[in-house]
Amino acid sequence: MSLVSAQKLSKRFGEMIAVDNVSLDVARGEVVGFLGPNGAGKSTTMKMISGFLEPDRGAAEICGVDVWSHPEEAKSRLGYLPEGAPAYGDMPVADFLRFCGRMRGLKGAGLRNRLAEMADRVRLTEVWSRPIETLSKGYRRRVGIAQALIHDPDVLILDEPTDGLDPNQKHEMRTLIRTIAPEKSIIVSTHILEEVEAICSRAVIIARGQVVADSTPQDLLERAANGRAIRVTIGSPEEKAVVEKVKPCSDGADLEVMERRNGSTRLLLRYGDTPADATELAKRLRDAELPVEEVGLWRPRLEDVFRDVTTPYH
Amino acid sequence: MNSSLSSVGVVFGREFRAYFATPLAAIFLVVFLALAGTMTFFVSGFFDRNSADLTALFAWLPWLFLVLLPAIGMRLWAEERRSGTIELLMTMPVKPWAIVAGKFLAGWAFTALALAMTFPLWITVNWLGTPDNGVILAGYLGALLMAGAFLAISACISALTRNQVIAFICSVIVTFLLVTAGIDVVLGGLRGWAPYWLTEGVAALSVLNHFERITFGLIEMPTLVFFGSLIGIALIVNTLVVELKKAQ
Repeated sequence: MSLVSAQKLSKRFGEMIAVDNVSLDVARGEVVGFLGPNGAGKSTTMKMISGFLEPDRGAAEICGVDVWSHPEEAKSRLGYLPEGAPAYGDMPVADFLRFCGRMRGLKGAGLRNRLAEMADRVRLTEVWSRPIETLSKGYRRRVGIAQALIHDPDVLILDEPTDGLDPNQKHEMRTLIRTIAPEKSIIVSTHILEEVEAICSRAVIIARGQVVADSTPQDLLERAANGRAIRVTIGSPEEKAVVEKVKPCSDGADLEVMERRNGSTRLLLRYGDTPADATELAKRLRDAELPVEEVGLWRPRLEDVFRDVTTPYH
Repeated sequence: MNSSLSSVGVVFGREFRAYFATPLAAIFLVVFLALAGTMTFFVSGFFDRNSADLTALFAWLPWLFLVLLPAIGMRLWAEERRSGTIELLMTMPVKPWAIVAGKFLAGWAFTALALAMTFPLWITVNWLGTPDNGVILAGYLGALLMAGAFLAISACISALTRNQVIAFICSVIVTFLLVTAGIDVVLGGLRGWAPYWLTEGVAALSVLNHFERITFGLIEMPTLVFFGSLIGIALIVNTLVVELKKAQ
């Protein structure tokens, strides 16, 4: 059963369509990476699922409970980290988390246990009694995560949880998300693609308010490679001449100029389903007396996928 | 999930403590007491009046409150919107009205504290003479009701903006209009041309008239209804504004 279910969410702000017909189901144990260029509608979608923003059309359910007809019940199952991890700066960490716990109905020993667990698990002990406004960005994010986890919710929606963290802190945050993932449904928005490969079981890419890709990170990578591809670097800046000379050697592959740098031209040859042989290609290119610098199989990065699926929309 | 009443309590606790998280509360209390004292003793001539009551204090309260309660109410929502914590607050499993009520009650309790700290004046009149303590109590009750009305209006206006200064200025203007609706200058200006019902309507809206009657010891239904409905309407509008404008 999916713990999060968003059906055809749409939202416009004045003339601008921020989110257009976005549907999303997330099952227990899934970590969905929500990707998209800035302003693509990631935060708006998350705000609608969390019940903060009312959609113009569509519906959202948390654990089968409609967010708009039964807001309190739905929200009690949800932990939410808004963009920028807002918190009451004048409150010490402990007081703030206690407040959030109480607002979520925790009290007495139950609340004390959860607070102790948060201090330990999110590693806040060091700053436990310091006012939040005196904390570093990394600690503030962690306070935000602790606030979202305090009631041990089934569903976790985190809007850019690693934004502004240093590499060590990012690593810690990812480890934390991975450890809690099996019992929950998690949606994480980010624009750091390595993060998606590191922690997400699924990547949903959104551009101009619409879902343009929804698959596992591996599947997206394979799709982007479109079968096999070979990268060729030729030591000549004459782009046109290079393409003309490489073409006859390439067995009908799709040619694409990747970049020109330092007097060299780098081409990408996409073979689709036909098997590609880099050694054979290298030999032919040398026979054609091209100044070959490098020939190798090309493995796309998620970044290329991201650019591929989002650029038609710009 | 919480019952709504316990949520009101949780919000109340946080907000009330928030007043004391900065020196603002102390400054506020000192300014209020200094102004109240100055007005009572020097401007109203507390001793020269030679009468054992607190009229000298109560007469100034509407004018002090119209500046001080917007100052107490301005941060209630504007600050939440500026810092983004409203998103946190409104995604908690709590009814919006409970948050509105908790915030209002915290500000009101703080005002009650400020009022309570004028107790040396009460001791003084009891020491110097034999005042009618029932009338004085009624005066304090009236002051608290008036403060509640001003605070509810200020909180409501605070929910409309993310800028505390704008919230403060707009609230002062509205409360100023409510206070001055009853003074002769305004009513005299209306009497010349406006129909009778309008003049009477404006006079009925006057906080000053209602408050004055209660400080005479007259706790009447229309006065209670007047302040009660001002508070109630402002808080209902506050809840609507929060729900409609929270994400903007």
